Amino acid sequence: MSRTTRLSSSLLRAAACTGIAALTLTACGSGSGSGSASSGSGEIKVGLITKTDTNPFFVKMKEGAEKAAKAEGVKLMTAAGKFDGDNAGQVTAVENMVASGVKGILITPSDSKAIVPAIEKAKAKGVLVIALDTPTEPESAVDALFATDNLKAGELIGEYAKAAMKGKPAKIATLDLAPGVSVGVQRHNGFLKGFGVKDGDPSVVCSQDTGGDQAKGQTAMENCLQKEPDINVVYTINEPAALGAYTALKAKGREKDVLIVSVDGGCTGTQAVKDGKIAATSQQYPLKMASEGVKAVVTYAKDGKKASGYTDTGVTLITDKAQDGVTSKDTAYGLENCWG
Amino acid sequence: MTATSTPPSTSSPYAGLKAPTTARRLLTAPTTGPLVALLLACAFFSLSTDQFLTGGNFSLIVQQVMVVGTLAIGQTLIILTAGIDLSCGAVMAFGSIVIARMAAEGSLPPLAAIALGLAVCGGFGLLNGALVQKIPLPPFIVTLGMLNVAFALTHIYSEEQTVTNLPGPLTALGQTFPLGKTDITYGSLVTIALFLLLAYALSSTGWGRHVYALGNSPEAARLNGIRTSRLTIGVYTVAGILYGIAALLLISRTGVGDPQAGQTDNLDSITAVVLGGTSLFGGRGSVLGTFIGVLIVGVFRNGLQLMGVASIYQTLITGVLVILAVTVDQLSRKKAR
Repeated sequence: MSRTTRLSSSLLRAAACTGIAALTLTACGSGSGSGSASSGSGEIKVGLITKTDTNPFFVKMKEGAEKAAKAEGVKLMTAAGKFDGDNAGQVTAVENMVASGVKGILITPSDSKAIVPAIEKAKAKGVLVIALDTPTEPESAVDALFATDNLKAGELIGEYAKAAMKGKPAKIATLDLAPGVSVGVQRHNGFLKGFGVKDGDPSVVCSQDTGGDQAKGQTAMENCLQKEPDINVVYTINEPAALGAYTALKAKGREKDVLIVSVDGGCTGTQAVKDGKIAATSQQYPLKMASEGVKAVVTYAKDGKKASGYTDTGVTLITDKAQDGVTSKDTAYGLENCWG
Repeated sequence: MTATSTPPSTSSPYAGLKAPTTARRLLTAPTTGPLVALLLACAFFSLSTDQFLTGGNFSLIVQQVMVVGTLAIGQTLIILTAGIDLSCGAVMAFGSIVIARMAAEGSLPPLAAIALGLAVCGGFGLLNGALVQKIPLPPFIVTLGMLNVAFALTHIYSEEQTVTNLPGPLTALGQTFPLGKTDITYGSLVTIALFLLLAYALSSTGWGRHVYALGNSPEAARLNGIRTSRLTIGVYTVAGILYGIAALLLISRTGVGDPQAGQTDNLDSITAVVLGGTSLFGGRGSVLGTFIGVLIVGVFRNGLQLMGVASIYQTLITGVLVILAVTVDQLSRKKAR
């Protein structure tokens, strides 16, 4: 095999690689605003870093940010980790966004503690950092937080479940998120508080982690029913987990006499409330988190005023079977305001 | 490009063990393509975005790939012996939690904690190698099992908590020093030094030639008097120690011990190895190629993020590049025969 053949085949390989890469880029660049136009120095850039870019909640958040960026006439840059909990991916995204000269970064931290050093480095370079949806630990590591009050979201469905049980003895299953993740812990604690029981109460007969995943939710519910067939209240971290639980209950013919409550208010989940699969859900508003965040960065870019503290973006209890003493809205309202 | 009608032959052009020429050819040939691809990608991003072509940005890219890069050195060694390691990311995560917890809770002085972390990761490598060689079991299966073992141990030992408040020596490699107008991260230098060290060992020592020989044909290597059993276990152990160094780099980069880390790093390291022109069938490739491979991924991620293209496209392009790299490699080898 002669040197020249070898070299030309290598060149061929390289050319093919880069050619395709460039093609792919041009093809996808068109969808992302100004593909190859270099940004002028006058343009304000806002970064949005989500946990993943495949979860509908974050997809919706991105949409909200894009809408707001268009309205404000600024450029939005987006990035995400590869999986929920991918801290290294988020650190890389923060670095790259700072390098590209963003005025502010909106981030949903995958790991509330682990992201803090990267955020501090960004802030030291004069970038405004705002957490969306999930607070950092400590909360003061970011300039501001726009999020749902997850404790309150849990309390609402807890109060609802208590009222709906009308004094019948409850056997509760909690389908949780994952150990040590603040969102999951707050919703769980809020639910128990709203229901009026403490953690470790004998009425809580089964607690399993689902990662907020439908298949894992189904498995968890199957195992809970195996452990305690008389479960009559199911708290779920989100609607996918709730639908998984519903499937498991239906297989046992129990779907009619078990009360499922959830949090999120995605369109699929809200439809499931309308269809009677889920009794009630606490709806949250990711679009609002993102648009408020973008506006805060624009304000900072224009007159140097930094947003600060915690802004509650609101939560609404959605159900078609309203209970006395628990404020709620019906699924018509829920479907109008749902995300995903 | 027209299809050739030459039937593929099965004899490898690299079957001989004539040291200098073979080694040199192995080192130069497969890396040329990836290198040109890397340079073209750099040219493309330089034209597309103002912030790409700066010293600071290149320092950033190397800093961003140092963890997967160090894992990928170990992965290259194992793939050269026709093995594969799916456990590298999980072993690294366990090592990082061992180092972080031991040091943060004061059970051990920082340097001793680091040494323990390296030893633990080396132990995982030794165990992988022993299972592959002594029973023997397929590397894919052994390391798939070990991936689960290391992942579970990480979560059990960390109690799902991120370890913070680490003592200074653990994050020292994450610090930077100025070089002209650019800040260089110490950890980047460690990674580059490791690449150079292993490149030298593979190209210019008997051990390195034995690794290639083992990957080409274990039987021929054994008949040539190479102690294949010791060599295999040694390669997996060295890879394990490299994962331990990656664990330290990971801690220094993020400033915490994170039990969630490294979950996709096994496939990311294999991606870098493949993009760098190393053959999954063993015996052909180089760690310098892997360095180029890891930089290709890093350059695309950084460049696309600077352009404001969503991350999912980076994943798409990486997938396309991997398939292309292997395809073109196969076609060029067919053509050459």
